[in-house]
Amino acid sequence: MTTSLKEDRIPRLVIMAVASLGVAIMLFILYSLVRDSIPILAHVTLSDLLLGIHWYPTYDPPEFGMLPLLVGSLSVTFAASLLSLPVSLALAVFLSEVCPATLREILKPVIEILGFFPSVVLGFIGMVVIAPWMVTNFDIITGLNLLNASVLMGIMIIPIVTSLAEDSLNSVPRDIRDASFALGATRIETVLRSVIPAALPGLMTAALLGVMRAIGETMVVLMAAGGAAIIPRSLMDPVRPLTSAIAAEMGETPFRSDHYYALFFAGLLLLLLTLALNMTALWIESRGKRWRS
Amino acid sequence: MSTGRMAKDRAATILLWSVMILVCAILALILAFLVSKGWSAISWEFLTKKPRSMMTAGGISTPIVGTLQLVLVAMAFSFPVGVFTAVYLVEYARDDWFTRMLRLAVRSLAGVPSVVFGLFGLAFFVILMNFGSSLLSAGLTLGCLALPVIVGASESALLAVPRDYRDASYALGATQWQTIRKVVLPTAFPSIITGAILSVGRVAGETAPIIFTGAAFYAPRFAKSLFDQVMALPYHILILATAGTNIEKTRPIQYGTVLVLLFFVLGMTMTGVLWRARLRIRQRAQR
Repeated sequence: MTTSLKEDRIPRLVIMAVASLGVAIMLFILYSLVRDSIPILAHVTLSDLLLGIHWYPTYDPPEFGMLPLLVGSLSVTFAASLLSLPVSLALAVFLSEVCPATLREILKPVIEILGFFPSVVLGFIGMVVIAPWMVTNFDIITGLNLLNASVLMGIMIIPIVTSLAEDSLNSVPRDIRDASFALGATRIETVLRSVIPAALPGLMTAALLGVMRAIGETMVVLMAAGGAAIIPRSLMDPVRPLTSAIAAEMGETPFRSDHYYALFFAGLLLLLLTLALNMTALWIESRGKRWRS
Repeated sequence: MSTGRMAKDRAATILLWSVMILVCAILALILAFLVSKGWSAISWEFLTKKPRSMMTAGGISTPIVGTLQLVLVAMAFSFPVGVFTAVYLVEYARDDWFTRMLRLAVRSLAGVPSVVFGLFGLAFFVILMNFGSSLLSAGLTLGCLALPVIVGASESALLAVPRDYRDASYALGATQWQTIRKVVLPTAFPSIITGAILSVGRVAGETAPIIFTGAAFYAPRFAKSLFDQVMALPYHILILATAGTNIEKTRPIQYGTVLVLLFFVLGMTMTGVLWRARLRIRQRAQR
C-alpha cells in the first residue's frame, strides 16, 4: 500500500511539470517581445515611436512613427465592432429567446463551425469580390481600404460574439422570464428589461473578446485593408494596421536591425492591448459571478 | 394588453428573424460563390501534382502535404501537453498560486494575436533554439496556439465525468493516478478527441504564425525532415493572391486552393462539433 501511494506522487509531479509549460510559454512570449523591442528605444524616443506619423522603416534615415499603424488597427476594429456587435446581439437574442428548438439545433453548431472560418479566405474574398465591386460602384482607384477590411472583420467576429452572448443569455434562469411574463410583459419587454440586464456581464465579456479578436486579426487586414501607412480620413482610405505591418515586413527585415526591433515593439503593443481586453473581460466575469450568487 | 405594445413585440420578432435570415443569406452566398468558382479547378491532378512553371500551373500537392505535416507536429506537441494541463486543473489543482497562474496563462494564451505567436516562434524556436525556419519551428508555434483550445475542451470533458466513477474507483482501493488513468481518462477520451479535432481545424487554417517560422514561398518537394521548410495551403493562397508571378492568370488555382482549405478546415470542425453533440446526448441518456 505504501509503495503504491509513493508511486502515486510521481505522476502528480510529472503532470504538474507538463502543465507548467503553459505558464512558461506565456512568460516567454512576454519576455521575448519585451527583450526584442527595448533596443529600438535606444534610437527612437517612446513618444516619437507612439506619436510619430511617418512610418518609413526602409528609408535612409528610417522613420518609425507608429501612430498610423495604431490608428489603422483601432479604426478597423472600431468599424468592425460597430457593424458586428449589434448583429451578434440580435442573433444571440434570436437564438435564445425566439428561435424554434429544431432550427436552433441546426443554427448553433453552424455558428460554432463558422467561428473556425480561416481568415485568409475572408481576406481573399475582400480582394476578389468586395474590392472590384467597390471600384465599379464608387469613384475610387482601389477597393482595398478601411471599409472593405472592416466588413470582413465584422463577418469574422459575428460567430465568436454570438456564441458567447448566446451562452450568457441562456444561463439566465427560466424563472426570471416566467416572472416577467406573469406580470404581463411581452416577449421583447422581457428581453430588454429582464433577460439582457441579468446577462449583462456575460454580454460585455462576449463583446470584449470579439474586439480582442479583431485587434489581433492579421490576414483580413493584410489582404483587404490596402496597406498604406497613413492616418485614414474616410472609410475609403487604405490603412496599415499593426498586425499587417508585422506580417508584411518581418520577412524582409534583417535580423536584429532597428526595423526588426520596431516590429517587435509593434507586437508588444498588440499583446498589451489584447491582454488588457482579456483581463477586463476576466474581471467582469468574476464580478458577474459574485453578483449573481 | 394594449395593441401598441403587441405591435412593438411583433415588430421586434420580425426584426430578429430578418437579421437571422440576412446573416444566413450572406454566408450561403459566400459559400456558394467559393464552391462555384473553385469547383472547376479541382481535379485529381490538381490534388496530386506539384505546382510548376513558377506556380502558375500544376497542382497543390506540396501545400496539402505541408499543411498535414504542420498539423501533425502541432498536435504531437499540444495534445499531450494540453490534456495533461487539463488533468492537472481538474483532478489535482488546489486553490493555490500555481493554479491561479496556470489558469491566467491559459486564458492569456487564448487571446494572444496569431501574428504575435509568429514573432514568439521566430524569437524562440527559429533563433534561440536554432531550429531555423522549418517544419519543426512552424509546427511548434502552431502547437502553442492550439494549446488553449485543447486545454479548454479537455477540461470540460474531464468535468463531465461523474464524481461517482472516481468514488467507486477509490472505494476499490485504487490510487488517484490509477483512477485517472483507468477510469477518468478512458471515460473522457472521446470528448477529448473531439476537442483535438476542433483544434486541428484551427491550426490548419492559420497563416500569420507560420509566415516567418517555416512556411516556404515555394518548395520543389515534400519536406523530408523536421528541419525542412514546408509549403502550406493558407500561405499558398496568400502568396498567389498578393505576390505571385501572375495574379490574374492563377486565379483558378487560388479558388481551387481556397476550396480545398475550406473543405478541410470546415470538414474537421464539423466532425468535431457533431461528434461532440452526439456524445453529449449519450451522456445525458446514461444519467
